[in-house]
Amino acid sequence: MKPNKYMNPYLAGFLLGLVLLGTIYVTGRGLGASGAIKSVVVTSVVEVAPQHSANTPFIKSYHEEHPGGPLKDWLVWEVVGVVIGAFFSGVISNRVGIKLERGPNITNSTRIIAAIIGGALFGLGSQLGRGCTSGAALSGMAVMSFGGIITMIAIFGSGYAFAYFFRKLWLK
Amino acid sequence: MGPLVPNIISNEFNLIVALIAGIGFGFTLEQAGFSSTKKLVGLFYGYDFTVLKVFFTAGITAMIGVLLFGQMGILDLSLIYINPTFLWSALVGGAIMGLGFIIGGFCPGTSVCAASIGKLDGLAFVFGSGLGVLAFAQGYPMFEKIYLAEAWGPVLINEKLGMSKIVFGFLLTAIAFIAFFLTRLIEKKVNNDQSKLPKRRVYGYLSAVGFAFAVLIIIAIMPDRYSRLESRINHALAHSDLTTVEVPADKLATEIVNNYYRINIIDVRSPEAFKAYHLPFAINIPFDKMSDRQWKTILDQKHKTNYFYADDQQLAKKGYLKAEFLGKAENYILIESSSDFKNLFSNLTPPDSNASKNELNTYNFRQKAATDMKMLVEALKNSTEPVIVKTSKIKGGC
Repeated sequence: MKPNKYMNPYLAGFLLGLVLLGTIYVTGRGLGASGAIKSVVVTSVVEVAPQHSANTPFIKSYHEEHPGGPLKDWLVWEVVGVVIGAFFSGVISNRVGIKLERGPNITNSTRIIAAIIGGALFGLGSQLGRGCTSGAALSGMAVMSFGGIITMIAIFGSGYAFAYFFRKLWLK
Repeated sequence: MGPLVPNIISNEFNLIVALIAGIGFGFTLEQAGFSSTKKLVGLFYGYDFTVLKVFFTAGITAMIGVLLFGQMGILDLSLIYINPTFLWSALVGGAIMGLGFIIGGFCPGTSVCAASIGKLDGLAFVFGSGLGVLAFAQGYPMFEKIYLAEAWGPVLINEKLGMSKIVFGFLLTAIAFIAFFLTRLIEKKVNNDQSKLPKRRVYGYLSAVGFAFAVLIIIAIMPDRYSRLESRINHALAHSDLTTVEVPADKLATEIVNNYYRINIIDVRSPEAFKAYHLPFAINIPFDKMSDRQWKTILDQKHKTNYFYADDQQLAKKGYLKAEFLGKAENYILIESSSDFKNLFSNLTPPDSNASKNELNTYNFRQKAATDMKMLVEALKNSTEPVIVKTSKIKGGC
């Protein structure tokens, strides 16, 4: 079966906006993603190396501020929802399957390495920026947060600034 | 009034809300094509602006909705989480994220979406993000200085630009629509696309633009909840007869002495005036603060009668009317001002020898009431200390 076409972007954006609005109305906070990864990572470190965590101030204070761990973390549950929602969407549009998407001129392993490096940079940057594209940029825009909007400008500005240097990863 | 957490929906149930919100989030992201890395990076090479379209549409939809809810008074904007601004870490962090975006081809939310439908590159990106967070946690002392520099707190962009929220709303919406139009031109050029939008779709887009601006105009001209309440109060003040709910000081004193546990005495003056002198057992709810969430229970309950007073009769009446409009409790107004009450009960002067029996009775009553009130206040000192109600702060962000 051929995958279905993607939804009209404006319609999808409108629906996403309603999801965000509903979330703000009910919970008083926006959506996010990187915070869930943080919760899982910090808890794993604490579990695996308790001695080391006690000596690492950032992990120690985060762990103390979030005593419930990932199972009591709002963003972790939200990301579990993202997995379910995305999978469901993939199923109804015939897009589920093991795949690897890459630019035409690179190998699969280059793509995987680039994805890991990119992810690491994004993970690091999202800690500095106190949120990623969803938590800082999108949710910040909805509530007119100055910090959120400058983070958004910095993300996309830097994306454009570096795009030329990494064109081989993506273009012919 | 929203946000519903934590007063209407508990913090535990909030996790279920998170799950539901996440399902909606993941579903729309995937439907929009955000699980495809090529579609995402298309933004940076000009061949596919889906990210900008979805992102900007979602942003202005939610922003206009938040403004509308705030104006209608169904969402308390002072309680929602505003991402705090730390200037340098926002800029540097954003720049690093942008670099990560162009190298990795995802952002955290979209990589989770991609991984969910089986994209291995998405999974690799999620794994990488974990490493990045770990690197930050390990190297935190190195980042600390920039992480905490220029902490401006939860400032809003419209404040920074010196405009009202609604003006910024108009501005951002206009920018979004211009960006949609221009990126379509760029997309067509880069992809050598000569096609034209079908007429029906053009009309559809135009009506969406019209709809967005119509909602903004409605928000701009609609009086907000507070000015609506204010005008209702002023109207009622001018037109209704409040004598039936006015209570003289002697009656209130009787109530205090006999039924102190069945009444709330509410001082609507400023905290300073309250501190200087207040009636026995009075609680201070300044007139301007009456609609705050923490006082809702007092204005809404049906077990106790509320008595309002101030120094000037007008303010006491306004406080009474506001309470009537905001809550369901039974309310009364004290006729006397707080200083009159003080004079009547604290600075008692004995009547002279040829006073009438009536005057003598009143004197005796007030004297007894004054001692009783003093005794009661003394006896209940600890239990009647005003309970400080804390409004819990909402946490957010990543």
